[in-house]
Amino acid sequence: MGVATKILPPQGKDRALLARIEKEAGTSINLCYQCGKCSAGCPVGFAMDYTPRQVIRLLQLNLIDEALNAESIWICASCDTCSARCPRGVDIASLMDALRREALSQGKIKDKKVAEFNKAFLNGVRNFGRTFEAGLLLQHNLKTMQPFKDAGLGLPMMSRGKIRLLPVKIKGREQVKKIFARAEKMRGEEE
Amino acid sequence: MKLAYYPGCSSEGSAIEYDLSTKKTALLLETELEELEDWNCCGATSAHNTNKLLSLALPARNLAIAEQNGMDLILAPCAACYNRLHSTELIARKDEAVRERIKEVIDMDFSAHTSTVSVLEWLDSKVGVDKIKARVKNPLQGMKAACYYGCLLVRPVEHTGFDDPEDPQSMDRIVRALGAETVEWPFKVECCGAALATSRPDIGAKMVHSIISNARDAGAECLVTACPLCMLNLDMRQAGAEKAAGEKLNMPVYYVTELVALAGGASPDEVGIGKHFVEAKGYLGSLPARAAAMAAAAPKKAPKAAKAENEDEAAVGNEDAEALRKKIDAMIKAFNKGPDKMAARLIEDGERAAILADIITGDEKKIARLAELMITDKDKAGKAAEAFVTGELKRREKAGL
Repeated sequence: MGVATKILPPQGKDRALLARIEKEAGTSINLCYQCGKCSAGCPVGFAMDYTPRQVIRLLQLNLIDEALNAESIWICASCDTCSARCPRGVDIASLMDALRREALSQGKIKDKKVAEFNKAFLNGVRNFGRTFEAGLLLQHNLKTMQPFKDAGLGLPMMSRGKIRLLPVKIKGREQVKKIFARAEKMRGEEE
Repeated sequence: MKLAYYPGCSSEGSAIEYDLSTKKTALLLETELEELEDWNCCGATSAHNTNKLLSLALPARNLAIAEQNGMDLILAPCAACYNRLHSTELIARKDEAVRERIKEVIDMDFSAHTSTVSVLEWLDSKVGVDKIKARVKNPLQGMKAACYYGCLLVRPVEHTGFDDPEDPQSMDRIVRALGAETVEWPFKVECCGAALATSRPDIGAKMVHSIISNARDAGAECLVTACPLCMLNLDMRQAGAEKAAGEKLNMPVYYVTELVALAGGASPDEVGIGKHFVEAKGYLGSLPARAAAMAAAAPKKAPKAAKAENEDEAAVGNEDAEALRKKIDAMIKAFNKGPDKMAARLIEDGERAAILADIITGDEKKIARLAELMITDKDKAGKAAEAFVTGELKRREKAGL
């Protein structure tokens, strides 16, 4: 961000992008009057680079790239506290969600760990129809280069019968694969 | 009552005791659960973080299967599954265009007319607290529980709506019906960190620690949850949170269904209490002794309060009793904080007041007695205080001090 900031309504491409994000989120950023209630109650605000209020401000100032590159959108836990409390009815959690999806599709991923977790999670569902917890943790750890993370929990999980070594595969997994393919294709067509 | 049962992926692994205890609870309360045929994962947060249409289509396949089998009411014990399934129902019901797109993606008929309920809604609204109370064989007296609702059972407000989003009460009602005491505490709808505990443990550990320490500071001795991910974070990751914060917590965590099943007569092993990470059987075993100690230490209730306690319907009386109890609790705190100050309020004579301060320090029984009298009858409190001092002086005399 430079010293001087242009405060103009978004034009052309930016305007279309903002409109798409707002439509995806089903909310309007112009409703926000920057009271900060969202950020005061945010349970992960302490770890964010921009608070939720600031993320909205970035969008209001047409600094969309800054918002998409914020670590905050990956730290947001989707707990929905902000949306429940916003006096202006801005669905901030949904906006964070839309920003994550936009950042993903533009390849701007500030926090790879969260994105890799989501990818590993969905890979399991795509292949088996259900989450495969052991496979998920293993894949996540390998992809994020931390092979021994949570290794100490593996054995206790096993001794408690809380981890399956093989995935449960549903009968309709071909159907689920098709659901993934169609949802991805239809999303691509929208943009 | 018959419900379609959507166990959710964690029921086959990390939340195996939630599945066991939900089934036990259903049996106890005469709810027939029929597992949804060939159900798939709801997509959880990962799906709505990635692709909105996918996040609606994955739950919709399950809902469509329920529709095919003529099942209208679905029980999803996992808070995340409940949230995804129920949100999809509402979004698809409201927006025909979205529903049509979902139908295209799942390639099935889908009318979105089903209704998915959480465990809390099932127990509190469908079964009812009275019926639960009637089935209690082993009351959980002596238990001091903090009911933890987390996020997805109460938010988004427009999708859940069966309980207050800031101060929900349904779980508290259920747990109290089992004979336990529930504490009031500010973090009951705070977020446990969800998947952050796995993807960003640096952040997750702090969130887990703040919830557990908040419950402890409010006087709770255990936590109760109705969400497998909350359980995973609060129980399995409690050791990590302790390490990060440099403080031992040792707070057992229970699923609300475990407690219902236990109070209904199940043994701890039957519902999988032994599978927890933070040792949780010991606390259950200690409940009878705790209940006895509490009864002995508790000041005799004022007649009005005692009477009201027997009649749940006497709401006004109950409120009075509750208010009275709070006042007494506050007074006990004041005694613990400043025994000399309180002693000076009871006895004018400085020397005798000092003796009183000395003997009540650390003596919960005496403090409880004086605190109760301070609230109900100040004169009597003064007399009791004088009696304590006189007794102490006699004791000292005998001992030749």
